[in-house]
Amino acid sequence: MHEVGIASSILEASVAETARRPGARLVGIGVRVGVLSGVDVDALRFAFECLVADTDEKDVVFTVESCPRVNRCEQCGHEFDSPASAPFSEAPCPQCQSRQTGFVSGDQLDLKFIEVEEP
Amino acid sequence: MTVVRVEEKVLNENQRIALDLRRRFQENHILCLNFVSSPGSGKTTLLESTLASFRPEERVAVLTGDLQTENDARRLMRYGFPVQQIVTGGVCHLDGKMIERALAKWSLEELDVLLIENVGNLVCPSSYDLGEESKIVLLSVTEGEDKPLKYPSIFHKAALLVLTKIDLLPYVPFDLEAAKANARSVHPEMEILEVSCSTGQGMDAWLEWLRQRVAAAKVLTAAR
Repeated sequence: MHEVGIASSILEASVAETARRPGARLVGIGVRVGVLSGVDVDALRFAFECLVADTDEKDVVFTVESCPRVNRCEQCGHEFDSPASAPFSEAPCPQCQSRQTGFVSGDQLDLKFIEVEEP
Repeated sequence: MTVVRVEEKVLNENQRIALDLRRRFQENHILCLNFVSSPGSGKTTLLESTLASFRPEERVAVLTGDLQTENDARRLMRYGFPVQQIVTGGVCHLDGKMIERALAKWSLEELDVLLIENVGNLVCPSSYDLGEESKIVLLSVTEGEDKPLKYPSIFHKAALLVLTKIDLLPYVPFDLEAAKANARSVHPEMEILEVSCSTGQGMDAWLEWLRQRVAAAKVLTAAR
């Protein structure tokens, strides 16, 4: 729902990072989006395309890495992708079947990298 | 072509502002709570009942966010405490900068409690830290009891779930125990209260929760 604002923050941060490198041209952006981040990846891509249309960044390649919800088993330490249908903090461990598992990640919304062409 | 690792939160700027707000709240011994729910779950009504319980000399203030209109601020102003409407003009959540801007009109030294009513939305407000001590999520019994499973992020982040409109339970198919179980499967330590602002049922427990939080904020900040 707020993907335009998020896309705009991503673009701003990427342009600022590029500007720190004299003469560099921004050609790619990589972000990481967790399934629990509240951000819809398709809407984010669409928002990004709309924002860069007719600007110097219109050919920037926008790469999104989608991240699953990850739980860690408190019994055996195994980390695993937990399906959305499983209880949030008690997804059964596929290795030892314990339900004592804790939420580790899945709410990422990170700017991973930018790609630049330097003179 | 050069790849530059950046590795920063997209909402870094908001996080920076939120941390600054949190520091200012703590320095001024203010308890700040961020109320989040779907539209129509009863945030404004709960805040009205809450404000009605405060004595006139108590130092409580409200920020209320909506896409359009000042209707909520008008409702809340009747209780005699400072209220500001934040009209987001289409933005689906409040962010740190909006809170910072609104607070510039008030003196934080004159406040003990700041209640923030977020825009009615269970998705986006969960991504934006406003510097609050806790998020509180409301779920009314006229909604589905599976809301915590559909919107796990906000239920995971909120310290307290307030189930509202419980006077309507006899008339709706809402399964109270299933709703609680769903909330706890997302957030095992979540505190849960049941209230009806119409009949007053459960209001004492909610006000007690709030008073304890206010007192804890005082002790905590005094010790710093």
